[in-house]
Amino acid sequence: MADTARDPPPAHTDFQELEDGEDLFLEPAVIQESGPASLPAEDISANSNGPKQDSLFDDDPEDLFAEATEEVSLDSPEREVLLSDGPSPAITPITPPTSVITPRIGLAHDDMFTHSSFDEIEEEEGGDSFDMHISVSDPEKVGDGMNAYMAYKVTTKTSMSLFKTDEFSVKRRFSDFLGLHSKLASKYLHIGYIVPPAPEKSIVGMTKVKVGKEDQSSNEFVEKRRSALERYLMRTVKHPILLKDPDVLQFLESSELPRAVSTQALSSAGLLRMVNKAADAVNKMTIKMNESDAWFEEKQQHFENLDVQLRKLHASVESLVCHRKELSVNTAQFAKSAAMLGNSEDHTALSRALSQLAEVEEKIDQLHQDQANADFYLFSELLGDYVRLITAVKGVFDHRMKTWQKWQDSQLLLQKKREAEAKLQFTNKPDKLQQAKDEIKEEIEELEGKVQQGERDFEQISKTIRKEVSRFEKERVKDFKMIIIKYLESLVQTQQQLIKYWDAFLPEAKAIS
Amino acid sequence: HTETHTHTHTDSLLPRAVNVDLQTDATLQVDISDALSERDKVKFTVHTKSTLPNFKQNEFSVVRQHEEFIWLHDSFVENEDYAGYIIPPAPPRPDFDASREKLQKLGEGEGSMTKEEFTKMKQELEAEYLAIFKKTVAMHEVFLCRVAAHPVLRKDLNFHVFLEYNQDLSVRGKNKKEKLEDFFKNVVKSADGVLVAGVKDVDDFFEHEKTFLLEYHNRVKDASAKSDRMIRSHKSKKLFYNLQDAVASWELMQLMFFLKVSELFEKTRKIEARVAADEDLKLADLLKYYLRESQAAKDLLYRRSRSLVDYENANKALDKARAKNRDVLQAETSQQLCCHKFEKISESAKQELIDFKTRRVAAFRKNLVELAELELKHAKGNLQLLQSCLGVLKGNT
Repeated sequence: MADTARDPPPAHTDFQELEDGEDLFLEPAVIQESGPASLPAEDISANSNGPKQDSLFDDDPEDLFAEATEEVSLDSPEREVLLSDGPSPAITPITPPTSVITPRIGLAHDDMFTHSSFDEIEEEEGGDSFDMHISVSDPEKVGDGMNAYMAYKVTTKTSMSLFKTDEFSVKRRFSDFLGLHSKLASKYLHIGYIVPPAPEKSIVGMTKVKVGKEDQSSNEFVEKRRSALERYLMRTVKHPILLKDPDVLQFLESSELPRAVSTQALSSAGLLRMVNKAADAVNKMTIKMNESDAWFEEKQQHFENLDVQLRKLHASVESLVCHRKELSVNTAQFAKSAAMLGNSEDHTALSRALSQLAEVEEKIDQLHQDQANADFYLFSELLGDYVRLITAVKGVFDHRMKTWQKWQDSQLLLQKKREAEAKLQFTNKPDKLQQAKDEIKEEIEELEGKVQQGERDFEQISKTIRKEVSRFEKERVKDFKMIIIKYLESLVQTQQQLIKYWDAFLPEAKAIS
Repeated sequence: HTETHTHTHTDSLLPRAVNVDLQTDATLQVDISDALSERDKVKFTVHTKSTLPNFKQNEFSVVRQHEEFIWLHDSFVENEDYAGYIIPPAPPRPDFDASREKLQKLGEGEGSMTKEEFTKMKQELEAEYLAIFKKTVAMHEVFLCRVAAHPVLRKDLNFHVFLEYNQDLSVRGKNKKEKLEDFFKNVVKSADGVLVAGVKDVDDFFEHEKTFLLEYHNRVKDASAKSDRMIRSHKSKKLFYNLQDAVASWELMQLMFFLKVSELFEKTRKIEARVAADEDLKLADLLKYYLRESQAAKDLLYRRSRSLVDYENANKALDKARAKNRDVLQAETSQQLCCHKFEKISESAKQELIDFKTRRVAAFRKNLVELAELELKHAKGNLQLLQSCLGVLKGNT
C-alpha cells in the first residue's frame, strides 16, 4: 500500500507514516498523501494491491530472492517510485484510519508548514556547524554460501548536538544502505531534494565474495564497495535536511535495524519498481511543459551537457587505468628478463648492474600499480558517483515537471466541471437539478482547492530545486578540486619514488668498468 | 596524401655510435652526413675523411642505399679470409611501413576530426616518423664505423669501393631464387651448427665462450623483446591522451583551477613521451644491437668449430692415406691447409671475442648511466611541474 509513505519532517511528529507490512487497512482505497504525489492519480488501486502482495512475500524472512541482485542501470533508483521498505520502528504510532482520511485541502495547509519548516531548519543550521565524519570499515563476512553477506562497521565521529555521543558505531549490511536510500528517496525526491544515490548492486561481485573466493578481485570488490558506501553516507549527511531525518539518525545510531527486504531487485517490490519505472518513462515523453522560467531550462541543458562530459571522462579514466595496468605487467616481465640477462653476463660488475636494473624495474612496476589504483579510487570512482548524482538531479527536474502536470490536470478538470455546471442550468429535469447542482458545487470547490495546492506545490518544488542545485554545484566543485589535489599529490609521490630508485641505481651503473 | 621527404643533417642526428664504444682514428673516419627519405627508399650520404694513400682524395662523399650496405656485409661474410673475425652485423632494413600507414590513415580521417585534433595527431605521427628515420641512419652509420675501426676489415677492397665509387654500385636486392637459396643455406647451417656445437673443444677459453654466448644470446633476445613491449605501452598514446582529454573537458567548468590542471597534464604528458623515447634509445636499441652482435659472435664460433671439424677430418684422412700408402702427399697438403686455417681462425677469434666483451661492457655502461641520468632528469622535471602547480592550486582554494 502506501508506498507513498512520506515521512514528514522531524519537527512535526504527529504526522503519520504508513506501515506497510502491517495490514492495518482492510479497504484498499486509503492512501495518505502528505504532499504532492508524484504518482499519477490512477495508481491508487495499483498501490493498494501492491503492499498486500508485498506483505505476503516479505513475511518470509528467508526470502527466496534474498540478496539476489541485478545489475541496476545508472538510471534506476532515482526514478523509482516510492515503494516502501519494511516497517521502521522509529515511526510514531499510527492513528486509526479515520483521522487519516483528511481532506486533501487540510493536508495541503499542513504541507505549507512542512515546507516552511524546512526553511527554518536550514536557517538555524548556521548555529550548529557541520562537523561530522563517518567511516565504513572492517568488512566481515557473515554466514556461508549463498546466504552469506558482508557486514560493515559504520563509525560516526561528531561534535554536533544532534547526537547523543561523540563517537559511536554500528554494524550494517549492504541492503541496509539501500533501504536507507529507498526511504529517503521516497520522502524527498518528489519534493525536489537531490537525494544522493546509493552504490550500485552487483551480482557478479557479491557472488564471488559469497562463494568464498579469497582472491585479488574479490578483495578489490569489497574495498571498492566499502569506499563507495563511505562516500554515500558522507554525501547524505552533508545535506542539511537529510542529516536530520529520523531514518538517517536511526541508521547511524541504532544497533538493530530491521532488514530492508524490498530492496531486492527480483522480489515483487523490485518488479513493481520496474513497472513503475517504465510507466514513468512513458509519462515523461508525453509531458510537454511550458517552461516559463529560463533558469530551469538553462540548468537542465547544463546538466545534460555535464552528464555527457562526465560519462566521457569516466570512460577515459577507466581506459587509463587499464593501460597503466598493462604497462605494469610489461614492466614486471622486463624486470625478470633483465635479471636473467644479468645472471648470464660474465662480467661481474656489469652483471651486478643488470641485476640492480632488474630490481629497479620491479619497484617501478609496483609504482605503476599503485598509481593505477590511485587513478581508479580517486578519479574513476568519483566520476562514477557524479554520473549517478546527475541522474538524481535530472530526476528531480522530472518531478517538477510531473508536479506541473498534476497542477495542469487539476485545472483542466476544474474547467470541465465549471462547464458542466454551466450546462446544468439548461437541464430539463428540475427535481434532480438541485441535487446535481450541489454535487457539482462540492466537486468544484474540491477541485479549486486542488488547483491551488498544485500551484503551491509547483512553486515550492521550484524553489527547493533552485536551492538544491546551487548547493549541489558548490559541493561538486569542492569535491573535484579536492580529488584533483589528492591525485596530484599521488603523482608527486610517484615521481619522488622514481627519483629515489634511479638515484640509487646511477652509482651502480657508473661502477661498471 | 601525405608524402614524406625527410632530410636530416649531421647536427640533428643522434649521437654517433650510440651503442658502440669506438676509438676514432684519424686515418679513416666515416660518417653519414645526410640522409633523404623518399617514398620507398632511403638515400644515405656516406662521408669519408682519410689520410690513407688508397683513396684519391682526402675527403669525399657518395650516396648509398640500404641494399648496398647489405651487399658489403654479405661480401665480408662470404670471404674466407675473414672467417676468424666477428663480422659487424648488418643494419636492419629501414621500415617506415607502419608509420606511413598511420599517416595515411590520418589523412583519410581528416574530415572526421577537428582541425586541432588533426594538427596535434599529425605532429605526433611526424615526430614518430622522424624518430624512426634517425634511428635507421644511426644503425647504418654504426655498421660503417665498426668496419672502419676494424684493423683488417678497414683495408677491404669492397669497402673502399663502397666508400669511394661515386656511381651506383648496381647491387640489386636478391631475387626470389637467391632468397630461396639463402633460406636453404641457413637451414643447412643451423643443422650443421648443431652437429658442430656438440664437438667439445679442447681449449677452455673457447669452450667457455661457446656456452656463455649461447645463453647470453637467448637472454638478450628475450630482454630485447620484453623491453620493446614495455616501452611500447609506456609510449602508448592512450595513456597520455586520456588524462589530457579527461581534464580538457573540465574546462567546461570554467574555472582557472581546472585550466591550470589541464595545462599541467599537457606538460607532463610531453615529458612522459620523452621518457619513453629515451628509454627506447638507451635500453631497447642497446639490447637490439647486442642481440645482433652476439649472433655475429656465435657465427664466428661456428666457423671456428667448423674448421676444427674439417681439421680433425683431414687428420683422419691423412692417417688413412698413410696406412694405405696412397695419395699421401695430397692428404698431407690438405691437412696442413686445414691446420693452418684452424689456427689462424682460433688466434684472431680469441682476440675478437675479448674485444667483443670489452665493447659490450663499455656500451652497457655508457647507456645504463645515460638512461639513469635521463630518467632522473625527467622525473625531477615532472616533480617540479607538479609541485609548483600544486602550490598554486592550494593557494587558490
